[in-house]
Amino acid sequence: MKRRLLTGNGAAAWAARLAGVDYVPAFPITPQTEIIESLANWIDRGEMPGRLVTLESEHSMLTAAGAAAATGVRVFSATSSQGLLYAMEMLYTVSGWRAPFVLVNVSRGLSSPITLEPDHNDILAARDSGFLQIHCATCQEVLDSVLLAYRLGEDNRVRLPVLVNMDGFYLSFTREPVEVPEAEAVAAFLPSFQAGEIRFRASAPESQAVAVLGGGPYSYFRYETHLAARIAIQVYDELADVFEQSFGRRHAAVECYRCEDADYLFVMIGSFATKARAAVDSLREAGWSIGLLRPRLFRPFPEAQVRRLLAGRRAVAVIDQNLSFGAGGVLYAELAAALYGEKAAPPVLASFVGGLGGRDIPPEEFYEIARLIRDAAERGETPPPRLLYTEAELRETRKLQAIAKVERAGLGAKS
Amino acid sequence: MTVLTSQAAMTAGDAGHPLDPELREGRIPHIWCPGCGIGSVMQAFLEAVDTFQLERNRLAVVSGIGCTGRVAGYLKADSFHTTHGRPIPFATGLKLARPELHVNVLSGDGDLAAIGGNHLIHAARRNIDLNVVCINNFNYGMTGGQVGPTTPLGAKTTTSPFGCHEHPFNLVDLVASCGAVYVARWLSMDVRRLRRSIEESFSKTGFTFIEVLAPCPVNFGRRNQLDEAAQGRMLVERSEIRNGADTREVAIPDEGPIVCGKFVDHERPSYLQLLEGLRARLQEHST
Repeated sequence: MKRRLLTGNGAAAWAARLAGVDYVPAFPITPQTEIIESLANWIDRGEMPGRLVTLESEHSMLTAAGAAAATGVRVFSATSSQGLLYAMEMLYTVSGWRAPFVLVNVSRGLSSPITLEPDHNDILAARDSGFLQIHCATCQEVLDSVLLAYRLGEDNRVRLPVLVNMDGFYLSFTREPVEVPEAEAVAAFLPSFQAGEIRFRASAPESQAVAVLGGGPYSYFRYETHLAARIAIQVYDELADVFEQSFGRRHAAVECYRCEDADYLFVMIGSFATKARAAVDSLREAGWSIGLLRPRLFRPFPEAQVRRLLAGRRAVAVIDQNLSFGAGGVLYAELAAALYGEKAAPPVLASFVGGLGGRDIPPEEFYEIARLIRDAAERGETPPPRLLYTEAELRETRKLQAIAKVERAGLGAKS
Repeated sequence: MTVLTSQAAMTAGDAGHPLDPELREGRIPHIWCPGCGIGSVMQAFLEAVDTFQLERNRLAVVSGIGCTGRVAGYLKADSFHTTHGRPIPFATGLKLARPELHVNVLSGDGDLAAIGGNHLIHAARRNIDLNVVCINNFNYGMTGGQVGPTTPLGAKTTTSPFGCHEHPFNLVDLVASCGAVYVARWLSMDVRRLRRSIEESFSKTGFTFIEVLAPCPVNFGRRNQLDEAAQGRMLVERSEIRNGADTREVAIPDEGPIVCGKFVDHERPSYLQLLEGLRARLQEHST
């Protein structure tokens, strides 16, 4: 095992290399491009077998990925943001083909307005696509999760494609020391893809995938995909054990940080959870009984584990780095649904939305959130959802709007 | 060089560039690298707008994503920076909803010919009233120089580090074969002909397409022994003007002359004209 200083993008590329992927359809998009550049370089040098082709869009890329996976080879691809959305039609389609492969998404906020920095509206738009989802908080996790994702997706009980998510800039461009396992160790954990029934034999076709189905058989296949995704919860837990035995690192479906005895919990996904982690440490030092819950597996949603881990807490703050317009935080809604009717559910489940377009969530905001939910627990009432935004930020935006107004007036005068 | 007749030229002081009043100064400095050709195309476009005396309240500029995509943000005009590949559908919507507008698309080869390729051919087929200027820098520049649909065979990019093994598009032939009424190709350095050509395209009714070959010294040139001024010099040395050349014969070759010029300039009913014709016929029929 070698320690290398790798960006999240580098870690994803290394994982694909170690997984011995056969085919990489690619399309550049910031902040993902480094992944396909690294793979192109290794493949063209002959350091890595397999083929890479830059297609003309993410839509074609995903189509090619699904088609290649359906022939029984191991496929890897990567995208981000608008690219993931552009491929969305094919995400839904190829998951129904039940052909496993791994797609890394480097999260970046969606248009409009345009941003390059991260939030989770891109990956959460794929929530119902049939792709399983693993969310990472460190570069090491990116590498490990890609390897785990191949085992998970290729498992005979699952057979679904998997999205591995990391935050743009925060992980994609940040170097961290990453343990890069030896090829032999990876091969032992992740043998070559046993495609089984998934194969393409031009000489001996077994089926014609041309049927347009009525509700009965259509529902059957949709339910099958759902049930396979549900089984993936148990399969993931088994694999997390095997992974730990193989590499000495544990990546639970739901990470629990200092929450064994905690009265209060933050719940977050992705790399911004490391900010919550630091806040937990500071608050603990100040005498707080607080911890952090970080679901890594988001599809399938491990609600039994979430219920068990949230049971008996005094108050929980869910911090969503996404926004479902007109509803609120997506993770919050998922947790509320999981907890409904549970006797031991925490009496206060409060919603916060922040970190959109890479907007920072500074320590003070975590402290304020902690205070808010503590007070709410004492009063016995849940506070209304909060959008994290400061007066200073609002003033800055107002200034920009004033400049835009002047600019517009100038344009009008010209015409 | 000045051909400006407007306030733009007159108000520019010694300190500024004559075109400063045409730009959103708050967005400057621009992001383009030293030696990039996009700036001169933007200038040629602005000059053409000026000499054509295009009314500003009729001028719309649409661009997609990429280095050229930034043009829309720098111009002091009604401009739109759309998602990757979508400037032509955006412009189509704009033109059909507001036919009195003069709708221009300024975007890159990656944006217009790869992810937006389908829109390009269909807009040309419909002969929809749009003026497209496609700046071809032979790679995806903004993301750092990846292989694209115009990358020459054998050229090195970050995703073809040992040479591109795909055939590139002959963009002018593609668009001409789809039915554009005006098709030309110029170098970004040939600002005089480029400006005149843009101006000429403004007077056409229907779909016009001008490909501008632009050096990209930092992301493309550097990897192909064409850094700094070398790529620009190479383009100038190899370029040959052959107006009226058959577009089938002007694919950019690995070696030898790169043919520039005005290749297509003819009339064909535009989408809006056909639509108006249909309406008139129906009207006649119903009365």
